[in-house]
This record gives sequence, structure tokens and C-alpha cells, in this order.
Amino acid sequence: MVLEMELKRTPLYETHVKLGGRMVDFGGWELPVQYTSVLEEHKAVRERAGLFDVSHMGEIYIEGKDAEACLNNLVTADIRTLKDLCCRYTTVCYENGTTVDDVLIYKYNTEKYLLVVNASNVDKDFAWFVAHKNGYDVEMRNESANFGQLALQGPRYMEVLQGLKIEGELPSKYYTFRPEVMVEGCKCIVSTTGYTGELGVEIYCKAEDTVKIHAAIMEAGKAVDMLPCGLGARDVLRFEAAMPLYGHELSDQITPREAGLDFTVKTATKESFIGREALIADPKRIRIGLKVVDKGVAREHCEVKFNGEVVGMTTSGSPAPALGAKVNCAMALVDAKVANESEFAIVVRGKDLKAERVELPFYKRK
Amino acid sequence: MTPNDRKYTKDHEWIMVEGNVAKIGITDHAQNELGDIVFVELPDIDAEFEAGESFAVVESVKAVSNIYTAVSGKVVEVNEALDGEPELLNSDAFGNFIAALEISSIKEDELMTAEEYEKYIAE
Repeated sequence: MVLEMELKRTPLYETHVKLGGRMVDFGGWELPVQYTSVLEEHKAVRERAGLFDVSHMGEIYIEGKDAEACLNNLVTADIRTLKDLCCRYTTVCYENGTTVDDVLIYKYNTEKYLLVVNASNVDKDFAWFVAHKNGYDVEMRNESANFGQLALQGPRYMEVLQGLKIEGELPSKYYTFRPEVMVEGCKCIVSTTGYTGELGVEIYCKAEDTVKIHAAIMEAGKAVDMLPCGLGARDVLRFEAAMPLYGHELSDQITPREAGLDFTVKTATKESFIGREALIADPKRIRIGLKVVDKGVAREHCEVKFNGEVVGMTTSGSPAPALGAKVNCAMALVDAKVANESEFAIVVRGKDLKAERVELPFYKRK
Repeated sequence: MTPNDRKYTKDHEWIMVEGNVAKIGITDHAQNELGDIVFVELPDIDAEFEAGESFAVVESVKAVSNIYTAVSGKVVEVNEALDGEPELLNSDAFGNFIAALEISSIKEDELMTAEEYEKYIAE
């Protein structure tokens, strides 16, 4: 028997169709992979501005007297050093050190946090959080269905914002937020965050306000030739910036240290958190960046060889147009013993493509 | 418009037969579905393929697609221009063949006319 899975839609479904979006199934969500061209949309974000519907992302609140202690036990970062109205990217781990999810934390104060989590992990994450309340005095709420989320990204994003009706102070420093900004008369959370390697903002609004705000940004975006962007461009952009994608660079088989996220795994300064013991020892495999030297595109799940021997697998692979036309790159999880070598091969359809190790990220904003 | 001078497959390839040689490419509909094409893996000259086999691979930014041959035969020519400019398939899919095969057999009855193909993609 085949069970037809009903695809979930964001409040912007009709808008995407009207804008010519090519709708695809993305982890159970019906979202546009592109409107016109992945390359054009990618270019818009790198050079001007682009607008993404990321309403599928999950929003979970943790509130209460013990919110800080409770959350600090759940994540690998030390959130005691996080200031009010600041954001921090970090990971949630299992006892064995592998990854439940990677999340963005918004700190209102020590008694109120918002966690933005991957769409495909919302239910799993929420259940995990609730199961690890450990007697702390906190309330956890999964508010994912109540939120719309838009990401306005690119060097000229500020010019687009200036074309909107905004009341209240916007966040200015990178990775900060303001929880009550009025955008086009609608109350929003606005943060200087993103998943593209460019500057920009993410705007969280009530689900029912999403269409109105999206339309206003589309109108204001005309001033800089902004484009609506799909998941295709989003993936290429985050890939070039070497930002992990859950299910690829991170998973329940991969620890954040293997993914090279040591900056957010505070085994030295935090006496206890879930997964700490497993994360102390240096990992046996590590994420590296590869640039394909031979012609061809390497994708995920390709074997990586060093001196003819398989030493790992690619986790993501794609053209990297920001590095030039026909430049193809891959991220791979390889044996730590060879992680500093320079010449590798990636097996694509049975053929070894030469690849050289390059530093991550592939692309860095100037 | 879909050119009348050739035949079409359900996998969105076009086949133009001249004498005993078939030039094969992808349709405009196919390139549009694939999006920005970034790489074409061409077959080797003299490589032999059976009808229904994949003889080339077209990669767009987000997708990998096998290109199938509707004729059995030996590769006698490849479109070298696609090696340096794979995006030619986006800009002119009907004007750029991928490879030409010397025909040993062809399943005519499985091919569509331009009119039939247009109806097929409209479904």
C-alpha cells in the first residue's frame, strides 16, 4: 500500500505559484526550488539582494525560571556568555555526541529563549527537549505553525529595508535581534542572521501576516533589482559559505566536532551538557573542503580517495558559481589522519575525479 | 516551437536521422525543466550503445540526468562545444546535438512526431 503524504504548504504557496516558482517536495514541504534560474538567484544574493520564504523552519520557545540552565544542558554552546537580544548558532547532541539538530538561539533574557530549528526536525527536537527538562522549572512551546519567516539577504538588503514602513529599532550588529519591530504595521522579530554567507535579516511574523510583508518587500526590492529566491539558490549559497545542512554535514551519525564546529562545542568551559563526555576526544574523521580539478560535478555520497584508498565520503557537492564559472566543489567527511593532505580523488559514476583540498568556507564575504 | 524535422522520445530527447546516422539531443522542455546546465558528460567516440541505454549525462546546478538513446549503434561524433559551453543546451536545445550514432537498429514505433510530443508534454 502506498500512503500519499500530504505536502505541507507555507502561507506563501499561492504567492510562489504566481511568481512562477517551480514547486518541489522539500522534506514534506511544498516549496519553490527556483523561480527563474538558480544561477541568477544566487547572483542576486551575492551582488544585490534576494528574498527567501523560510516559513517551514521551526520555532520553539523555552521559558521559565530555569530556562538558562535547562537550555545550557541541551546545547553544546555555553549560553551563559550570550547577551540579551543576541543570537547564537549551536548544536544539540545525543549522549553519544552525534547531532540531534543544529539550531539558532535567540536570547530575550535568562528566562526566555527562542530556538529556531530545521523544519524536518521540529517534532523530533521538541520531543527531545521535553524529554530532557530534567525537573527544571521551564515551559516549552512549539510555535512553528504560528510563524511565517522571510530571509532578506545580500549586500544591498538595507536599501530594501529602507523602502518598508518600519516602526521601532532594527538590530544593527551581526547576530542580534529585536523582538517587537513593526514591519508594514505587523509585529515581527527581526534578526541580523542568515544562511547565505551574506549580510541580511530574517523576519519572523505571524503566519497570517506573511503574504502582506512578502509583497511589501518584493515591491521595495525593485529599487535594487532584488529577486525572489528558491531553495536551489539557498543550498548553493549556504554550500559556498560552508554552512552545515542537517542530513548532510550533520546528522545522528555525525558529531559537531567531526563537522568542524569546535567553536560551538564547549567541553572545556562547560562542566556538563548532553553529549559532553563523547565530545572530549578529538574526532577520528573531519570535514574538509575539496575543489574538483577534473571536469565534472561531484555530489553528495561520493567516495573520496587518497592515494587510491577510500578515506571518506562527500556530504554535499555542487557548482560554486561565486568562485567562477565551472568551478565545482564538495565538502567531505574524511579520516582525520589524511585531513591535511592536499590531493584527493572523488569517485563520480565510477571515475576518479582529481580534487584538491581547499580551506573552508569556499566563499567569504569581502 | 517544436521542430518538425525530427522525432521525439518520452524521455525528452530528440532524434534527427540523416542517412544511417542519428543525431540526439534534448528538447527545449527538458532544458527548461533541468534549469542551468553546468556540465555535459559526452560519450567516447566508437562507444556502442543499445537502444534504451544512457549514453550521456547532463548536470544542472541541482540535478543529474541520464540521456538515453532510442537507437542502437556506435558513436561517430560528439558535440565538443558542449564541453566548454554546456549552457548551449539552455540557450538552444534544438540547435545543439549531444552525440551522433551510426544506426544499427531503431525502434521507430516508440518515437513521437513533433505534434505528438507537444501533446505529450502538455498532459
